[in-house]
Amino acid sequence: MSALLEVDHLEVNFGGRVSAVRGASVTVERGETHCLVGESGCGKSVTALAVMNLLARGARRSAKRLAFEGQDLTGLSDSGMAHLRGNAMAMIFQEPMTCLNPAYTVGSQMTEVLRRHRKTTQRAATDRAADLLARVGITAPGLRLGQFPHQLSGGLRQRVMIAMALMCDPKLLIADEPTTALDVTVQAQILRLLAGLQRDLGLGMLLITHDLGIVARVGHRVSVMYAGEVVESAPTAELFANPKHPYTKGLLRCVPVPGKIRRDEPLGSIPGTVPRIGPGFEGCAFRERCDFADATCAHTIPRHAASAAHDFLCRLPA
Amino acid sequence: MLQFLVRRLIVAILVAATVMTLAFILTRLSGDLAISIAGPNATQADVEAVRKAYGLDRPLTVQFFDWVGRAATGDLGESYFFKTKVSKLIGERMPITITLGLTGLVIALLVSLPLGILAAVRENTALDRVVQMVALLGQAMPSFWLGLILMITLGLQLGWLPISGTGSWQHYVMPGIVLAFSAIPALTRLTRAGMIQAMGSDYIRTARAKGLSRASILLKHALRNAAIPVVAIAAVQLGFMLGGSIVIEQVFALHGVGFLAWESIGKNDFPVVQAVVLVLAVIYVALTMVADLMNAVLDPRLRGP
Repeated sequence: MSALLEVDHLEVNFGGRVSAVRGASVTVERGETHCLVGESGCGKSVTALAVMNLLARGARRSAKRLAFEGQDLTGLSDSGMAHLRGNAMAMIFQEPMTCLNPAYTVGSQMTEVLRRHRKTTQRAATDRAADLLARVGITAPGLRLGQFPHQLSGGLRQRVMIAMALMCDPKLLIADEPTTALDVTVQAQILRLLAGLQRDLGLGMLLITHDLGIVARVGHRVSVMYAGEVVESAPTAELFANPKHPYTKGLLRCVPVPGKIRRDEPLGSIPGTVPRIGPGFEGCAFRERCDFADATCAHTIPRHAASAAHDFLCRLPA
Repeated sequence: MLQFLVRRLIVAILVAATVMTLAFILTRLSGDLAISIAGPNATQADVEAVRKAYGLDRPLTVQFFDWVGRAATGDLGESYFFKTKVSKLIGERMPITITLGLTGLVIALLVSLPLGILAAVRENTALDRVVQMVALLGQAMPSFWLGLILMITLGLQLGWLPISGTGSWQHYVMPGIVLAFSAIPALTRLTRAGMIQAMGSDYIRTARAKGLSRASILLKHALRNAAIPVVAIAAVQLGFMLGGSIVIEQVFALHGVGFLAWESIGKNDFPVVQAVVLVLAVIYVALTMVADLMNAVLDPRLRGP
C-alpha cells in the first residue's frame, strides 16, 4: 500500500525569482506524526501550502510526485482538489486570531465543512460540531456554537480550528505551527490534544514547527528543512541522538537541555540568516554559515544514507 | 447595543437642530423677505402690511422658536405661493423623489457590486484597469450632460424610454441611470478594495482549506466582510441622491422635492425652502443611522461582547 502522503522533489518558486522550495521530499505514513522543522523562511509553510494547493497567486508548483493515498495531486483540477481539502486532508494554521471569519458564528463555520463534503442535515452537522468541540476540551459547546470568533480567546479559537479540521474525519492533518501564537500554558494543552487525537483517530499528521521541544514530544519522524531543501530526515530519536548535518547539529545546540548543558556554558547559535535563493543556485545553501564548508560545497551535494531510515544532504561522509 | 442606539439618536437630534438653525438663518440672510414677497411695485405701506401679516415684524428669536415649535408638532407652515400647507406640498412630491433615489441606488448597486467583485478577482489585469477607468470616467461626467446624452440616444434615436414626466415606471429608468452614475465610482472602488482585502485574509485561506466552492468563498465569506463599508456608503449615497436630485429632476421634468425646492427658491417661498432643507436633512441623518444599524447587523464585532 502506498504511503498516505508522498512528496517527491517538490519545487515552488514565486514569479520565477525566488525558489522557496527546492526539491523537498517528505513522506507521511498512516498514523504517523512527521515533523517539519527549520528556521523562519526555510520553506516549511510553503511546502504545506503547496501540498494543499493553497499557494498565493503567482507561485509555481511542480513535483516529481505529489500523491495522497496513491492519487496524484499535481494533475488534479481545482474542484477535484477542493473535494479533498477539508475532507480527507485538513489543515490548521498558525494564526488562530484571524483564521476564522469574523462575520459568522462558530457553529455556522463548522457545519458548512461537513455539509459541503457529506450529505447531511444541518441538525446532524450541528450535533457533530458540538461533539467535536467537547472532544477538543471546550466546555459548554452549545454556547460556543452560537458565538462569534471575537468572543473567544486565542486558545479557544485554535481548538475550534482543530475541531473544524476534524469535521469530516480527515486521514491527513497538516498543522502549520499550531501553537506558535499561543501562551505557553495553552501551547502545552493544544499539543497534548493534537497528540492524543492523532493517536486515537489514527491520523497521519504533518506538523510544522520550529520548536525542537515539540518535535521530541510528539514526532515519530523529523525532516529538517533549510533554504527550501530537506537537509536531513530521520526517526525522531535517531535524529536527536545522532544528527549528521551541520545545520541539524547547530539547531540542536540552540536548545537548552536541562542536565545536559552546564549552567556557565554559552547557548549555541547559528550566525547569519537563511539566504534568499534564486533559480540556478548550485551547491549547499548552508555553506555560508557552516563551520565545515570548503570549496567543494559550491558543487552539487550528494545525499548520504546514515541508515535505512536516516539520510542527509552534505558532502561530509556519514 | 442599546447604548449605541441612544448615542446615535442624540447625535441625530443635534444634527437636525443645527440644520434647522442654519436653514432659518440662511433664508433670512437672503434679504428682507417682506420686500421680496411684496414684489417690485409695492409701496412702503404694502411692505409693512406684508411684514405684519407674515409675522416678520417680530424679533428673529421669536420667529425662530415659533417655527421650531410648530415644526416639532409637524406643522411646517403655509406656502406663500401655493397657498397650501407645506407638509402637504412635500408629502405629494416626496414619493417621486424617493422612487427616483431608490431606483438610482438599486441601479448603482447592480452595476458596482459585480464590477467591484470582478475587478478584485482579476486584480491587476486589463479587465481590472478597464473597470477602474470606467469608474473614473463616471465620476468625471456631469450629470446634466449625461442626462441629455441619454435623452438623445435612448429616448429620441432609439425610442426605448420616455424622456420626461412621471407617467410610468419607465420614466424613472433614465434619470435613475444618471443618478446612479454619481454613486457607481465610489461604490465600485469600495467593493473592489474590500474584496481584495478580504480575499487576502487568513479566513479566506481557511475557507479554501475547507474545500468550499468558489462561489461560497467569494460571495459568502469574502463579500460579507467586503460589504460592510459598502453598505454604509450606499446609505449615505442614497441621502445624497435624495437631496441632490435637483438637477436631474429639472432635466427630466420630474416634479419631486428637488423640483419644488428649485421653484420655491426662485419665488422666495421661504417656508417651503426651510421645510425642504429640514426634511432632507432629517432623512439624511436617518439614513446614516440606518447605515450604522446595518453595519451592526453585518459585523457582529460592533454588537459588543
